Amino acid sequence: MRPFEYASPNSKEQVAALLGTSWEQGAILAGGTDLLALMKDDVVTPRRLVNVKGIDTLRGTSYQPGNGLRIGALTTIAELADSKDLAQYPMLFEAVTEAASPQIRNLATIGGNMCQRPRCWYFRSGMGLMPMTKDGKSLVVAGDNRYAAILGTQTGAYFVSPSTIAPALIAYGAKVRIYSAKASGSGVRELPLGRFFITPKSAKEREHDLKPDEMVIELIVPPPPQNLKTGYFEVRQKAAFDWPLAMAAVALQMDGNTVKSARVVMGHVAPVPWVSDEAAATLVGKTITPDTAMAAANAAVTKAKPLSMNKYKITLAKAAVKRAVLKAGGAA
Amino acid sequence: MADDRPRKPEDNSGVTRRDFMKVSAVGVAVPVVLGSVMDAAAEEVPIQGPGKVPITLQVNGKKLSAQLEPRVTLLDALRDNFDLTGAKRVCDRGACGACTVLMDGKPVYACAILAIDAQGRMITTIEALAEGDSLSPVMQAFVAHDAQQCGFCTPGFIVTTTNFLQKQPAPTAEEIRHGLSGNFCRCGTYDGIRAVALAHAGGKQS
Repeated sequence: MRPFEYASPNSKEQVAALLGTSWEQGAILAGGTDLLALMKDDVVTPRRLVNVKGIDTLRGTSYQPGNGLRIGALTTIAELADSKDLAQYPMLFEAVTEAASPQIRNLATIGGNMCQRPRCWYFRSGMGLMPMTKDGKSLVVAGDNRYAAILGTQTGAYFVSPSTIAPALIAYGAKVRIYSAKASGSGVRELPLGRFFITPKSAKEREHDLKPDEMVIELIVPPPPQNLKTGYFEVRQKAAFDWPLAMAAVALQMDGNTVKSARVVMGHVAPVPWVSDEAAATLVGKTITPDTAMAAANAAVTKAKPLSMNKYKITLAKAAVKRAVLKAGGAA
Repeated sequence: MADDRPRKPEDNSGVTRRDFMKVSAVGVAVPVVLGSVMDAAAEEVPIQGPGKVPITLQVNGKKLSAQLEPRVTLLDALRDNFDLTGAKRVCDRGACGACTVLMDGKPVYACAILAIDAQGRMITTIEALAEGDSLSPVMQAFVAHDAQQCGFCTPGFIVTTTNFLQKQPAPTAEEIRHGLSGNFCRCGTYDGIRAVALAHAGGKQS
């Protein structure tokens, strides 16, 4: 790891001035489980770390029936798994319980989980988000792309968004709040969590809607409507402590036995958590049966464009969607 | 920006007056009337490093101090500065569990924490789990159930297993797999380790 300066502010107002105006100047240290590994491998080399764990107002959860769930960005994944405030959000509970390992969950924060960098091995080897040959050809397309994206790859980005918790949050309609003391007004901006994730169009861009002096301060999950049913499914090589090869988080608002509206969010298939409107549309007005779940699964991958080694991910993504829909419907 | 100022790695700085000033400069520029509003932003935040700074850790009930750069991990500080080599450095990327220690009573990867960031936390290493010169019950169970081969992952596994069994004294096989999933054994002694946890639960040994 390269040498760096270190500062521990205790209020969020101090952070932006300490971070500076470029990613190289300063980086936010929260749980550190991703950042320190990236720094050891020289993938990122910030000249200063701003440890935000002393900012107590960014810690903890609260739930109010009218307003929903507020999660401070510094809440650890283990604290979320132990929180009674998640009682109304069983799919979120499942996602945080299944993420990473006990040791990671004790350190890693929900804000850091949203901001973690892709696990793509080209990126982790220091070749950037869109590794190219000198004549502009994608190394991923020509190389070992077994874990690469199958959807949303039009810009030439083939990494997959790493968070398994983000798809569950997006299915619940979560919003993210971002703060910078240098921004105008209150300094806070709020956006739907789905829009926080970006597919870069060039090697210069990042995969989050975040500026170098901004920090994620909290997540807001709306109160679940009555008759909301959810289902979550990860297809993994290992039973625990593994990233999925494909996953799906499904939220169905029911009207009796029929689906009134649906959200289907897939993970590890695209550079962003992939919201499949096509899959959701097939479910509206239907009852949940193996046939309607399969129809949703097929619709979810109609636009998939596999590379030389990842065609199998289409099969797995379909399985994840089908099983998540069936779980939401109470049938599996 | 002031923090563009190049600094040499050998720059042996703790907190300097200049460091204080460059952060508080934001507040200094605003009129005094706004003082109360800007208090938080104007508050001086010490900037440490990149050279060595005094670091004090609370490990196994003792205060241990050293001059360390901010980039030194808790694991490297324990092993290289405080002669506590029970936590092992294997992957050094938070993926294998060989460096597991307890921080405020919870298992964490010592390689994934900076020593400077572990100050004020209660650190417990494998060295403190033995009872004097004799093995702890979990350590004895690892021997009895042949739960190690080369032994390199064993300290991390014992720290995790000890903590896990305190929280879940009678775990199911599934809970054991989930609770110990953050530790790897390349020799494949998992059956023995599961037997340790099941035996503790009074269950059937596999």
